[in-house]
Parts: sequence; structure tokens; C-alpha cells
Amino acid sequence: MELVVILLIGLLFGGGLWLVLQRRLLKVVFGTTLISHGTLLLTMTMGRLKAGRAPVLQDGYAGPYVDPVPQALNLTAIVIGFATTALILTLTYRIFAEHETDDLDQLRGVDDEVR
Amino acid sequence: MKLDNLIILPVLLPLAGAVINFLLKSQLNRQKMVSAVTLGLNLVWSLLLLARVRSGEILAFSAGDWPVPFGIVFACDIFSALMLTVSALVSLAVLFYAFQSIDAERAKFNFYAFFLLLLMGVNGSFLTGDIFNLYVFFEILLVASYVLMALGGEKAQLRETLKYMVINMLASALFLIGVALLYAVTGTLNMADLAVKIRTASDQGLLTVIAMIFMVVFGTKAAIFPLYFWLPQSYPTAPPAVNAVLGGLLTKVGVYCLFRVFTLLFPFDPGYTHAILRFIAGATMVTGIIGAVGQFGMRSLLSYHIVSQIGYMIMGLGIFTPLGIAAGIFHLIHNMIVKTALFLTAGVTHDLTGTTNLHKLGGLLNIYPLLGWTFFFAGISLAGAPPLSGFFSKFALIIAGLDAKNYFLVAVAVLTSLLTLYSMMKIFRYAFWGEAAQEFPQVKYGLRLAPAVVLVVVSLVIGLGANGMLELVMAAGEQMMNPDIYIRAVLLEV
Repeated sequence: MELVVILLIGLLFGGGLWLVLQRRLLKVVFGTTLISHGTLLLTMTMGRLKAGRAPVLQDGYAGPYVDPVPQALNLTAIVIGFATTALILTLTYRIFAEHETDDLDQLRGVDDEVR
Repeated sequence: MKLDNLIILPVLLPLAGAVINFLLKSQLNRQKMVSAVTLGLNLVWSLLLLARVRSGEILAFSAGDWPVPFGIVFACDIFSALMLTVSALVSLAVLFYAFQSIDAERAKFNFYAFFLLLLMGVNGSFLTGDIFNLYVFFEILLVASYVLMALGGEKAQLRETLKYMVINMLASALFLIGVALLYAVTGTLNMADLAVKIRTASDQGLLTVIAMIFMVVFGTKAAIFPLYFWLPQSYPTAPPAVNAVLGGLLTKVGVYCLFRVFTLLFPFDPGYTHAILRFIAGATMVTGIIGAVGQFGMRSLLSYHIVSQIGYMIMGLGIFTPLGIAAGIFHLIHNMIVKTALFLTAGVTHDLTGTTNLHKLGGLLNIYPLLGWTFFFAGISLAGAPPLSGFFSKFALIIAGLDAKNYFLVAVAVLTSLLTLYSMMKIFRYAFWGEAAQEFPQVKYGLRLAPAVVLVVVSLVIGLGANGMLELVMAAGEQMMNPDIYIRAVLLEV
């Protein structure tokens, strides 16, 4: 099971990296999303995907329990990822509205004023 | 049980201030008052903390009173307290400059609230003793910095914020991977507990890989060679006040984390990891300063300087002796103060003349003498002229380098120092000397410049009292080279 998830993580990272290197703004944003999903899965897999009950002590049950820490980390990371993705999508929209292009080649800024 | 709950006040104060500011939607005067009071209290409290820990005691606090390796721990040693104090001073100075320079439109869209949130993230990173909590505080300060950079919505601002954001999101993903791997190897996230478990872990090879992941993560945030490419483009597009706080404070949080992680968690193979750090230090100094010398924008020149100066701090860490660490910390403190002062003078120049393009400036010394001389003293302090603070921090670094027989690195540092002086003189010659290129308005600018003047005076005071400062950073260096002190304080005494 772990092997399948690890292959999936690899796929997500590969796809994410490919998308981040594209010229279209929205593809870059989707790339960062895929990479953060890969990271979340990795965090999850680090605690081993063993079967077990929820980590609340119960009478007459000695184990196994699942490790709650990776799940707690994941929840926090998901919330943070959600917020940053919302922010970057808004930013992307504003860039498109102001610059009237979504091509990163035209957003290089080499012809700028010297600051 | 020792309860020093109040050490997290530097996190709570800005948070409270930010919440109040969000509620005071368009009452700008009240927002300003709240921000000033918050950051003033923050400075006072940081100084009290510094006075308390300077004897060598480490304060620790476990949130929610959880038993130690399980809950989130906050700890304050001399290094943390020093960084808190300097960041409090720097942010207060930038705040007073922002009062003068940030337009009402930006202020209405919660500039001050995000400024305080940024400081909350910074202070949290300095205080936390939990590696995942460090990630969370990093995200807080990054999100606040994205908003501050994009606020105003100018074309260039939006464009550069996107690049800055994508780079930092990738680095954050890598940060989380590092944390996950560390948890997989050791089964803990508490930094003191990690330090113990890493020593006894069987798989030292994997730990070296994890150490390198953290070097890349914090290196990206701190802008070390070869990961600094995002910085010189993105910083100068932000408004001058934001530019000052990013340049003075934000990259230094990355440096702080490198210092913390490579003294506490990964000191097990210094022959390999710290040799890489020394190489990076040299390369960062040289590439940064070469980039700076070629610039003709005052703010992009200063932004390249950030990179070059980061090299000096990493040099202290790479030397990895108590004196080296101490000198690195000294340089970090000096640089935060002086760099902010320089960005503030560049900001005032921008406010007065409408540009920081060196080709369009000239003869400002006749029109704005106080501005010129403030820049001059901040500049030679950065270059390292006595009796300002820059001389003593570089002096300590070079002594430390000679003691550790890193002669080549010392030579690079001295050469970079000369080029720093040259680039400062370049700004001074083009912007302040000679004939005025155009008519510049005669206006009162004392209040705008006051924060920069105060910071230059602080640099002078540190330089004149270099002995006391050196004792303090030496104590910090000794403390960090003996991680057992930190581990014992966190694991046993809470």
C-alpha cells in the first residue's frame, strides 16, 4: 500500500513541477497545488498507513492505534494551503486584469524603470 | 513546573494589535495609535526578556501545560531575545516611517494590521521550540508579506509578488517534506527532543539528506547563493516602507533558522555540512556584491547588498566556533539595524524626489544635507568603518576566520568589504554629490527621516559599546555551541 502511495506522490510531484515550469499563469498555480497535495500525502504516509483505531483510549482494547500526529500536521497544512491557494488565485486574476496577459514571458519585467 | 507564560507576549501583542486594527476599519488615526502602542510595548517587553536571559538562563513555556515533548514549546535563550529586541526596534522604526509615507488608500486596506501580523510571525519564529510550529509561523509571516508586497496593486508590484509567492510556496512544500521526514526518522517534532534523538538515530545518512533539505528551505528564504535570484527583482517593487521591513527583517528570519537548525539539530557532521555552508558564504558574498556594483537603482543596489551581507552571517555559522557563531550573530544584529536605516533613507529619497534611479538624481547633499549625511553614516557602517557597529562585527568575523584557519574565506570577506565601500560610494557620488540633475522641491522631511537617524545612532552606540555587545553575543555563541544547555532547559525544567 505504501508503495502505491509513494508512486502517486512521485506522479503528483512530477506533474506539479511540469506545470510550474509552464508559461501560462493558471498552470503555474495548478502546479503549486499539485505539489502541495503531494506533500500532504507524503506527510500522511510518514506515519505509516497501518490499520488501527482512532487514537482515543478505549476499555479492553490494547491496540493498534493510528498515529495522530501526521493527521494533525496535515489538517494544519491543508488549512494553510487552502488560504495561500485562495490568495494566489486572487493575485493571478488581478495580474490578468492589470496586465491583460497570462503569459509569463510577457511578465518578465526587464524593460522596467530602474528602481 | 516553571511557568514563564509571558515569554509568548511578543507573539500575542502583535496578534491583538492586528485584530483591533482589522476592527478599526477606516479609523486610520486610531489604527496608527494601536500599532505604535503595540510595537512600543513589544520593544519594552523584548528588552525585559533580554535583561532576564542574559545571565544564561533559558526560559521555556509549554502551551496548554502539556507534558514536554508532546505539546508545543516556546523557549527563549540569549539569541532569541537578541533577535526579538532588534526586530522590535527595527519594526518600530519602519512603523514610524510608514506613518509618514504610506498613503491613506493602502492604510485603509489594512496595511497596519498586516504589518503587525508579519511581526507576529517573525517573533513566533524566534521563540518557538517546535519545528512544525516554526513552519506555521513561517507561513503566517509569508502570507502577511505577500499581502504587503501586493497591496496597492501597481503593475510591477503584482507581477513580482506572484514570482515571490510561487518560489516561497515551493520552498514551504519542501519545508513540510523536511518536517515529515524528520518525524519519520525520529518520531518527534520538539526541537530539543529532536536534538537528543538525532544523536542516537541509526540512519545518519538520511539525516544528512534532511539537513540539506532544511538548508535549501531556509536558504531560499534567507537568499543565499544560488537561491537568491528572486530577491533583487521583487523587493524594490514594494512601497519603500514595505521594502525596508522586508529587507531589514524578513530574510534575517531565514538566517536565524539556519543558525538555530545547524547548531541545535544538525551539528553531527560539521566536516561535511559546515564546509558546504562556508563555500556558500563565500559565493553569496561575491555574487551579491558583484550584482550590487552593477546596479543603477538605489533600491535594487541595496537589495543585492542584502544578499552579499547574508554571506557574512553564514560565514560565522560555517566557521562553527563559539567566536564564529558570536560574530555571525553580531553581524546579523548590526545588519538588521543598518540595512533598515539604508532602505529608509532610500525611501525618503524616493518620497522627496519621486525616483531612486541614480541617473536622475544628483546634488542632493546641497538640498537635503541631513538626508545625505544619514545615508553616508549608514553606508560606511555597512561597509565597516570604525567606530560604527559594522567595523566590530566584521572584525570579530575575520578574527574568528583566522583562528579557524579559513584564510581564503577571510580574504574573500575583506575583498567584498572593499567592494561594499565602493558601491556605497557609488550611490553617494551619483545621488548626493555634484550638480543637481533637476529641480527638487524644498520641503520639510525631518519627521520622515527621524527613524533612520535613530537607527544610525543605535549603530553608533553599538559600535562605541562594542565590548558589552561582544560579551553578550559571545554568551549567546557559547550557549548555542553547547546545545545540551538548551535541551536540558526545555526537556527538564518545563
